[in-house]
Order: sequence, then C-alpha cells, then structure tokens
Amino acid sequence: MSEKIIAAISTPRGVGGISVIRVSGKGSILLCDGLFKAYRKNVTLSDLNGYTGCYGEIRVNDEIIDEVVCFVYRAPHSYTGEDVVEISCHGGMYITEKVLRAVLDAGAEPAQGGEFTKRAFLNGKMDLTQAESVMDIISARGEESARAALNARKGNTFKKVSAIKEKLIETATHLAAWADYPEEDVPKITAEEVKSAVTDVIDTLDEVVKNYDNGKIMRDGVDTVIIGRPNVGKSTIMNLLAGCERSIVTDIEGTTRDIIEEMVAIDDILLKLSDTAGIRHTDNVIEKIGVDRTMDKLKSCGLAIAVFDNSSVLTDYDIQIIENLNGIPSIAIVNKTDLENKLDVEFIKSKFSEVVLMSAKYDDDINNFKNTIKRVIYYQKIDSNTVILANARQRDKILKAKSGLYEVLDAINAGLTLDAVTVAIEYAIDELCELTGEKASEQIINNIFEKFCVGK
Amino acid sequence: MGYDAGKYDVAVIGAGHAGIEAGLAAARLGCKTAIFTINMDAVGNCPCNPSIGGTAKGHLVREIDALGGEMAKTADECMLQMRMLNRGKGPAVHSLRMQIDRKKYASVMKHKLELQENLDLRQGEIVSVERNGDEWIVETRLGSRFTVKAVIVATGTYLGGKVFVGDVSYESGPDGIFPATFLTRSLLKLGLRLRRFKTGTPARVLKSSIDFSDLEEQAGDEPVIPFSYETVNPLENTVLCHISWTNENTKKIILDNIHRSPLYGGKIEGIGPRYCPSIEDKIVRFADKERHQLFIEPCGADTEEMYIQGMSSSLPEDVQIDFYHTIKGLENALIMRSAYAIEYDCVDPVQMYATLEFKDLPGLYGAGQFNGSSGYEEAAAQGLVAGINAALKIKGKEPLLLDRAGSYIGTLIDDLVTKGANEPYRMMTSRSEYRLILRQDNADTRLTPIGYKIGLINEDRWNKFLVKQQQIKDELSRLSDTVFSPTIELNNILVSRGTSEVSSGIRLIDLLKRPQISYKDLTEIDVDRPKLPDNVFEQVEIEVKYKGYIDKQLAQVEQMRRLENRLLPQNFDYKSLIGLRLEAQEKLNKIRPVNLGQASRISGVSPADISVLVIWLSQKDKQ
Repeated sequence: MSEKIIAAISTPRGVGGISVIRVSGKGSILLCDGLFKAYRKNVTLSDLNGYTGCYGEIRVNDEIIDEVVCFVYRAPHSYTGEDVVEISCHGGMYITEKVLRAVLDAGAEPAQGGEFTKRAFLNGKMDLTQAESVMDIISARGEESARAALNARKGNTFKKVSAIKEKLIETATHLAAWADYPEEDVPKITAEEVKSAVTDVIDTLDEVVKNYDNGKIMRDGVDTVIIGRPNVGKSTIMNLLAGCERSIVTDIEGTTRDIIEEMVAIDDILLKLSDTAGIRHTDNVIEKIGVDRTMDKLKSCGLAIAVFDNSSVLTDYDIQIIENLNGIPSIAIVNKTDLENKLDVEFIKSKFSEVVLMSAKYDDDINNFKNTIKRVIYYQKIDSNTVILANARQRDKILKAKSGLYEVLDAINAGLTLDAVTVAIEYAIDELCELTGEKASEQIINNIFEKFCVGK
Repeated sequence: MGYDAGKYDVAVIGAGHAGIEAGLAAARLGCKTAIFTINMDAVGNCPCNPSIGGTAKGHLVREIDALGGEMAKTADECMLQMRMLNRGKGPAVHSLRMQIDRKKYASVMKHKLELQENLDLRQGEIVSVERNGDEWIVETRLGSRFTVKAVIVATGTYLGGKVFVGDVSYESGPDGIFPATFLTRSLLKLGLRLRRFKTGTPARVLKSSIDFSDLEEQAGDEPVIPFSYETVNPLENTVLCHISWTNENTKKIILDNIHRSPLYGGKIEGIGPRYCPSIEDKIVRFADKERHQLFIEPCGADTEEMYIQGMSSSLPEDVQIDFYHTIKGLENALIMRSAYAIEYDCVDPVQMYATLEFKDLPGLYGAGQFNGSSGYEEAAAQGLVAGINAALKIKGKEPLLLDRAGSYIGTLIDDLVTKGANEPYRMMTSRSEYRLILRQDNADTRLTPIGYKIGLINEDRWNKFLVKQQQIKDELSRLSDTVFSPTIELNNILVSRGTSEVSSGIRLIDLLKRPQISYKDLTEIDVDRPKLPDNVFEQVEIEVKYKGYIDKQLAQVEQMRRLENRLLPQNFDYKSLIGLRLEAQEKLNKIRPVNLGQASRISGVSPADISVLVIWLSQKDKQ
C-alpha cells in the first residue's frame, strides 16, 4: 500500500527559522536527487549513507529555490521505515511552500493527515500498543484536513473547479445516455463536440493552475474573523493588529459592508484577518450580502474574535453572535474600557474561555491581546501546514484531471471509439470529485434521468 | 397445521428468471432442489417486454452463459430477431438484444426444469419460511411442510403484488396470476427490512388492428450473433419491429386525465424506477418534449399480440384506449391486454452478503426483483449466483464472490449490497468503472474458468474454450512477429484508410493498433493469416487496439483488489473503534462490509476512516 512517495511540511506553522519537508517512500531519494544539487562536487543524495546530510540547493529549471540541507534516511532506519529525505530549508511560508511544490511537481503526492505515522506503524516501527494513538492522530488530522478542505471550498478556485466539473459531467452524461439508450432519441454526440468541450475545460484548468502559482501562497494563514455588532470597534481592532488604517472607520453603523482581508504576523503565527460587516438585521441589500457572508465565513474560520462594547448593555444581536460562535475557537474582546461600564462582563466571561478587556482606540493592552491570540491558536493546534496541504492536494488533483483530459484528446485524435473516450473523461471527473468526496458515476447516472427522457 | 412433506437441500421460491437459474444451478451442482411456483403455467414468464438483452443487460446474459447458466441458450432457441446495439460506439458498449417468442421461452424453460436431474418443479404458494435449528422449513398454502438446508427467495412482483389501472386496484401478480399474500409477514418475522417498489407494463394490441403502412420498420442485424457460446446452429431473423411516435393529442389526453392516474393521485406508494417511466411520467417530467418514441414488437411467432414498448401506463382503461388511438398506426388498435402498474414487496439488499445470503440468516438467500433489481437479466444473474452459493455452502465449499472488476454481475451485486437500492435497479454500462475490460465479447475469457471450477461448464465446452484461448494467444504472437516492408501496396492501403504511410518495416501488431486499420483491410497482404473463427479475430483486434486503455484499467483493478483482499470481521461493533467518525461507525455497523474495498465504497466512509481501519486490521493481524 505504501508504494507512493508522499511529502509534507513536517515543522509547525512555517514562520520559524527553518522548515523541514519530509519526503518518504521507495524512490524518494532518487526523486530528491532530481531537484537537489550538492555544493560538494560529484555528490548526490543517492551516494549518501543513512543518517547523513548534505548542503546544497534546490533547483527547478535552473532557478535556485533555496539553499538547503538534505538528510537521508535509508529503509528501514527512518521514522516511517521507508527511504526518507528530510529537506531543511529556510523558514517562512513562501519558501517552504515553494520547496514543497518542487517536490510534488517531481512526482510526490501530498501526504494525507497522519500518513507518515500510519506508514511508521504499518512498517513495524511502532509498538502494537501505540495503534490506538495512531488511529487518534489519523482521525484528528483527518478532521483538521476536512476543516481545511472546507475552507478551501470557499475559495474562488474551488468555485471555478466546480463549474468545470459540472461541464465535464454534462458531457459525460450525454455520452452515457447516448450509449445506454441507443434506440431512444438522445441526440447524437460527435467526437468533435466532445473535443471542443474538453479543450475549453483544459484552458480553464490552465488558468486555475496559473493563479495557484501567483501569490496564492502568501494568502495562507489562520483564517481569523472579527465579528461584532455594528460600531463596537471591529475595524479599529483590525487596524491595531495590522498597524495601519485599512477599513473605513467612522461612527456610522454599517460602514464596513463587506469582508476586508489582511495578513498579520504575530510572532510565528500568520493570521488571515477578515473584518466583517456588523451583525444586525438590515434591509440594506448590499449590507445584507455582507452579513450573510460573515455568517458563512464563521463556519470555516480558524479563529473568531468577537467584539463587545463595554459602554452599552448586551443586545439581542450580541446574544445571537455568541450563539453563532458555539464550537468555534474564539476570543471575546470587551472594547471601549475607557468609557463607563454598562456591559455585563461576567456574562461574557461565562461564555468565553478567553476574554480581553481593552480600549482599542488607546492601544492600551495590545500585548495581552496578542498573547491571548497565540495561546488560543497553540491550544487549538491550528496548523497552517494543513491549509497548505489542502491546497497542494487541490492542485495535485487539478493537474491529474488535466492530464486525464489530454488523454481524452489523444484518444479522439487517434480516432478511437467513444467508449474509451468516456472512460478517460470519467477519470478526470473522478479526480475533481475527490476534492468534494463525490462519486462521478452516481452523478452521471442521476443526471441521465434528469436531462434525458429515456426508458421504456 | 400442515404435514411433513419431506426434505430437500434447496428450496427456491418462485420460477421466474431468478428462480429458474437458481434451481438449475443448485440441482446441477448436486443438490436435491425444489422450485415452487404459484402457477405451473407462469414458469419463465416474460410479463413485460418480449425481449432479452439490451445495453448492459446483454452483457449480463453473456456472463450468465459463461458461468454455465441457461438464459442465453433459451433466448437463442426462441429468437425472433437479433440486434447488436451501439455498433460504432466501441466494443465496450456493444450490446446484444433479441426479440423472443415469450410463450415458447416459457415452455422451453419449463421443460428444461422438468428434465433436470435433482430438480422438482412444484406448484404451490409458499406461505411461510421458518428457521428450524440449522435448517429451514417452508410451508405451502396447502399445508405441505418441507425441511430444507437453504431457501432462495425469488418472488418477483408476486410478493404482496397489487395491480393498478386508474382507480381500479386489486391484489394480483403479473398477467392476472394470483399474488403471494402470506409470505411477507413470515419474512418480516425473520427480521428482514422490506419496502415497496413499483413497476409497470404497456398494453398488448391485436396485430391486425394496427396499420403498419406508414410506420418505420426496424429489421434485425445480419448475420445473427447468438447469446450463448454453445449455440452453433445459425439463427435467422424472422420478424420486424416498427417505430411510431406520440403527438400533441396523446399529450393532451394524458394531461387532461392525469388526476385519474393512481401515481399522481397518490394511491401508489411504491417507488418506481426512473429509467422505466410510464408514458404519463415522461409527459409530465419532460413537458417540453413534443413527441416520444415507441416500438411495436411481436410477442411471439404464433400469436397476434403486439407489445407497445415505451407506453406503459397506469391510467384508467378508457383513457388508455383514447391515447393509444391518437398514435399513428394505432388509430383503430384493439387493446387485448391493458397497461397496468404493479406494486410489490422487496427487501433492502444491504442485509445480504455478495453471495446473496442474508448476513443474519445463514441459509436464506434472495435474488431478482425481491432484492430490489428490475429486469429479467438482472434477476437471472442473481438467481445464478444465489443458486451456486447455496449449493457450494451445502457441499462445504468456498463461496462464489464476483467482484466489480470481473463482471457486470459482480458490479450489480456489489451495488445492491453496498449502496442498497432506492429504486428498482437496472444495469447500465455507465455503472461499471471497468467497462473497457468487462465487454460482452470476452465474457467467456473472464468467467468460463470460474464456471468450470464450480462445475457448471462441461468438459466439452471447456476444451473448446481452451482451444479458443490458445488461438487468441497464438494469433497475438504472430502479429508481433510478422513484419511488413513499406511496399507501395501497403502504403496504398494505409492512405486509402486515412492514416499515414510507413517508410520502414512495420509489425503487423502496430498496423492493427491504428484505429483506422482493421483485419479486413489487410487481408490481401497478410498472406500467412491462419483460418480462425471470427470471434477469435474480434478478440485479438480489440485487445490490440485498446491495449493502452485495457492495461490502465487492469492496473486500477489490481489496486482495487488489494483492498478487496483485506477482510473485515462480521461480528464487530464499529462503535467501539476510536478514531472512526460517527457517521462512518453507523454506516459500517449497518452495512457490515466484508472487506476494505467494500467499506471504501460506502458513502460516508472517508479515506481517513479507511486508514483507521487499516491500522486496526494490522494491529489485529500482529496480535
């Protein structure tokens, strides 16, 4: 079962001094040799004994990605019991992801949650009594990955991919109906039509992959939502963390009508901060969209910062916010402590494990605030690596789907019959479906009966 | 209170397409077998279309034959017209279909059952199935009680059958034969989860009342290709089918009367199949469509009854007469039998193993419509598997488990026992992810070795099979070893077929790989070609042309089978396994998959859950 080479970032959070990318599986040393050029002459990783390292650089198409040290472990003397290379590169999200990308592009697959540990266990590197903790790790990582994947599904990329998938399913459905109901009036579908549909899809996928390569990397971080009813000071708090005036701050309720995003580093933690429209019932259409999106965003965020106004009593909307935060890692901020207290702070304390009292306007307790954020995030073990991997997996699937579609074109160009073409299309759909956990064949069959009037 | 009527190894309830294959297989494998039928004149009845095969169903018939079943041979014997559907769309979807003489089919099948050694065909409605220690007792309505080792339930649409025509409804099986009214209660008592499904059939019309003059004819394909690998006598097309269309008037009459439909009026509670819609369903669901196609098919050689395919309905009889008369050719049609819908009891198939034995009721098997499928071919395929497995178990042998990668039969059964059936299940080529290797042309290669090992394929046929396999092998190596020089003659052929010329020597196999080039194209220059049966050339050509795709699917199969080989215990409570998500625990406890492969196909079981199962299994192995 372990014939695939897998890779992942093995150090936490990616903003430390160095990051380690672990590559495991038969052939992993050779794979890394394709990317790594040692500074010592005539030395490759394949020449190295186990437990030794080598200084050099990772190159892709003659471009130097980073200076690194590679350590080689030879089976069975490694964590997983397989051949392993650990690449120590410079820390920081950007470089680390670029090195990982190089390894994946060379043929490794993004590791599933807990997969290194799973292999270690299966290869007898662990005591039987550890099986339960291994299962725990896998399920915990699975949950984490699921959350990250859910997060990824909010992105534009995912929406584009979904649209592409729908288009392919439409073509596959037509082909299936045409094959399974030959004597009914299902319109004939020609190889040329399939070809043009597939070519369109390949073009769109190309675009999606290109966007992955530009700048996507810098956007990763712990998805953090600042929430609160209008004019409690959300934007001020965001600006405080971001260190600049980002949102429009006024005294008029509802100034922030959409989600504004900002990357903020708190020591080694990267936050992707979203300032949201205040939660209140509204008839203003534009603002309403903003509120809906806020609630939507909460479902997939990694951290919520709920802001309350010290100078006014708790409103229904405050209560509504508290209810919506159930189960989401969150911090409560009681803002405007410079004004007279009217808020029931004890109630807030009973609902949140972390409460910070501050006056954002006067910047008075920013360090306490930052430390609280760090504490919550460390406690939640929210790992930006999981996010990177979720994205890497998405990209991996898109590339596989694309190569599947090239096979479709090859088959058509070679003049092969449409049964072979259909199978190749379904393969591509399956790759895209894996992102959402759906099954292509079931969707196609369901679609046949929706789209075509067939059957005796 | 009944009387002791004796013992059998296997009792089969029902003598439809499932029951026939089940009974024959069990008897042929040496089990003393009884088939019980409600009516001796309903054995092997085709109460719906007078045809066997079709897309994916033709694959099933070929597979049944390759394993040693009977459906293909009888269909060949009763053939009226043959068509090979989907020619030109590729070998994976080529599908054989035959119009058959339905009366002859029934009587040929009945006679085969009567002649079969070890097999008793008996009239009697089974009213109860009870456990008796490790054995079972089945009781007929007249009170005879038989003690048996295995029971195969193949009750079709008879179980709790209820017919609907407009506002008229009555308890009945198909074709006016009485239904099985008592057995349901007995099955519920055993703990089976039952549900109600619905299906329907169109009217039969007197041939002489149809005006064929303006109707499009549909003739059979020549030469006729038989279903069975054992059929050697040439077959002939003897009938025509005809095509007509509904029109605006048909639509209007149906829509004006839709409130009188029991389905739309809410009287039918059963779930009907989407792929077998009644004409009122089609018109309501696809309101934009101006017309719907229908086929007029003869029911037999010595009857004037014609089957109107595509026009099933449960509207009242007077409405039926009106809308049938709107159709070109049917203006003066005399309806001999009205269309009707029928509702019946069936079981939730996730309660079964892929052997078709119930997980909690050893010795009890289900097959056919009772398992939630639809169609003669689907029924026969399951009957064969249930019959074989009942016999193998009684003989103390390993069960027959057909997987998705090896056959459509395996795919059908896996879908049923893993995903369940929310509506009557019909086989389609789209349902098989391995369809490039599961072709109707290679069913024998895939399954005859299994049929031989079980004991349903005789020596004579086995030897013929081996000869054919050897011929394929030899011809493939000849193709690899034969090299053609780049002669003008060769290049002329290539150019005329629209493919590129060659400038150096080329192997015959590489020429044949080109989609544009067929065996026939090379006849003149391939002077050393041996004389071989057509089906050998066909096999070789497909193997060569689709090699890349076939190899890719074979690699997927290998991966899938690795998961299939990791067996899961049957008496385990997944709730106790930490690390599985709640949804996975519940689904696994409900379906109790037999191996990791089946577990991975259950919706709601994630890859992380499978990883947890892998760790758990390997921990158990090591302990």
